[in-house]
Amino acid sequence: MRRVVITGLGAVSALGMTARDLWQNLCAGQSGIAPLEGFPDGNLRIRVAAQARSYQPEAHFDPKRLDLLDRFSQFALIAAREALADAGLQLEPEVASRTAVVMGAGMAAKTTEDEAYRQLYALGQKSFSPYLVPRAMANAATSQMTIEFGITGPGLTVSTACAASNHAIGLALGMLRAGQAEVALAGGSEAPFAMAALKSWEAVRVIAPDTCRPFSSDRKGMVLGEGAGVIVLETEERARARGATIYAELAGFGMSSDAGHITLPTETGAARAMQAALDDARLDAAAIGYVNAHGTGTVANDPTETRAIRQVFGAHASRLAVSSTKSMHGHALGASGALEFIATALALRDGILPPTANFTSPGDGCDLDYIPNAARRAQVEAALSNSFAFGGLNAVLCLRRYQK
Amino acid sequence: MDDNLVDDNLGQRIMAVISKTQHLDAAKITLDSSFEELGIDSLDGVNILFALENELDISIPDEAAKQIRSVRDVVAGVEKLLAEKAAGVA
Repeated sequence: MRRVVITGLGAVSALGMTARDLWQNLCAGQSGIAPLEGFPDGNLRIRVAAQARSYQPEAHFDPKRLDLLDRFSQFALIAAREALADAGLQLEPEVASRTAVVMGAGMAAKTTEDEAYRQLYALGQKSFSPYLVPRAMANAATSQMTIEFGITGPGLTVSTACAASNHAIGLALGMLRAGQAEVALAGGSEAPFAMAALKSWEAVRVIAPDTCRPFSSDRKGMVLGEGAGVIVLETEERARARGATIYAELAGFGMSSDAGHITLPTETGAARAMQAALDDARLDAAAIGYVNAHGTGTVANDPTETRAIRQVFGAHASRLAVSSTKSMHGHALGASGALEFIATALALRDGILPPTANFTSPGDGCDLDYIPNAARRAQVEAALSNSFAFGGLNAVLCLRRYQK
Repeated sequence: MDDNLVDDNLGQRIMAVISKTQHLDAAKITLDSSFEELGIDSLDGVNILFALENELDISIPDEAAKQIRSVRDVVAGVEKLLAEKAAGVA
C-alpha cells in the first residue's frame, strides 16, 4: 500500500493568519477566545468567541474577487496558499491533474446566506445577485481552490458537521493510497459568525458564557470558532523524489456512526472510530503517545470521550497524553479537525504536546492526563486526532513520525 | 429603435452601475465598450442586470438578459423597458 505523508500546512484561526501563528500560540497555551465582536444589537446569550480578529479581506483579495467569495471560501484560499508555499509545490499541469482537493465544511456560507435572507425578508428586496448561488454553495471553497491553483484532479466537499475536516483528510488519504491522485489539498473551513447561525447554536444551549474549559469540573460548554486548515498530502514516493520536507506520516483513518442520538455522543461510536484508525495504521494502541481530543468542553462530550479512550487503550490510557486545543482555537466546526490535525503533526515534528488551556480541576468522569494549561516537551511516535460530529458521525486520523 | 440614439442621463446612470458593481474605473467605460473588453463575463453581466433592476425598479426578462454583450445593448434594452413601463402606467 502507498504511504502518505504531510508536506505542507496552512491555517487561519483565532490564533492568527498562519499555521505558525496557530502553533506558537497553542504551545504558549494562549487562547484566542475573547468577547464576541460584530453583533452589537444581537440580544445574544453567546458572549465569547474565537474569531479571526486580525483578518482583513482586502489584504488578501481584490474587490471583484471578494464578490464571489464567502468568508469560508476566503479562509480556505488563504490557508491553501500558505500550505502550497510551505510544501514548495509548483502545480505544473501534469502535477495539477494528479492533485485532489478535498475540503470539509459544516455550515459553509452562513454569512452570505444570512445577509441575503435579511435583504429578502427584512428589507423587502425583490431579487438576489446571481453571485449568491456560487458564493453560497457548499462546494464553493473547494471549487475556488481548484480555480485559483489550476488543480484539475478530483475535487469534493464533505459535510459532516464537526467531523468534516477529518472525513475530508481521511478521504484524501484513501484517494492517494488508491492512486486516484498523488497530491491532495485537504482540510476544512468554516465561518459561522452570522446572526441566524449564532441564534441556532444558542438555542442548543451548549455554548459556554465564559470560556472553553475541556475536561474541567466547571466547564460550561463549547465556544464557537472560525478559520480554515489546509494540509498538503503526498504519496511518500512523490514527496521523497522531489526532496520535500516531511512533517509526519498520515498512517490511518477510522470512521464510524453512533446510530444513537442526534446530538448526544456514544462511547462505543467514538471508540470504534479510534480502533478503526489504529487498525488502518496497523499500530497497537500502546504505540500512541498523544491524542488530540475532540474535547468540546460540553457536559456530554468530555466524559464520553474519556470513557471511549479508556475502552480503546485499556491500561495504556493512563500513560497517554490527551489535550483539547479547542480551548484555544475554539470549536471551528468543519475546520476544527484540520486545525487539530496541524497541531498534531507539529507536535510529532517538534516533540511538543499542546495543552488544554483554561483547565481548572478535572470534571466527573474526566480522569486522564489532559496536559493542563502548559505545553509539554515529549517526543511521541504516533498520535490520534479525534473528531465526532453532531449526528453521531465519527472520524479519527492516526499520524506517526515519519521514518523511511 | 435606433441603437445610436440613447438617453445620455440614462447611459451615465447605467455606466455608473457597471463601474460600481464591477469595480471598474468609470473612465474606462463608454457606450461602445463591449463586455468582453471590460472583462465582464456572463455571470457578471447578469449581476449588472440585477443591480439595474434595483436601481431603476424594472424587471428584466430572462430572454433579454441573454442578448446583452455591450454597454450599448444594456442601455438600449433598459430604455425599451422603461418606455414600456411608462406606457403601461399611462
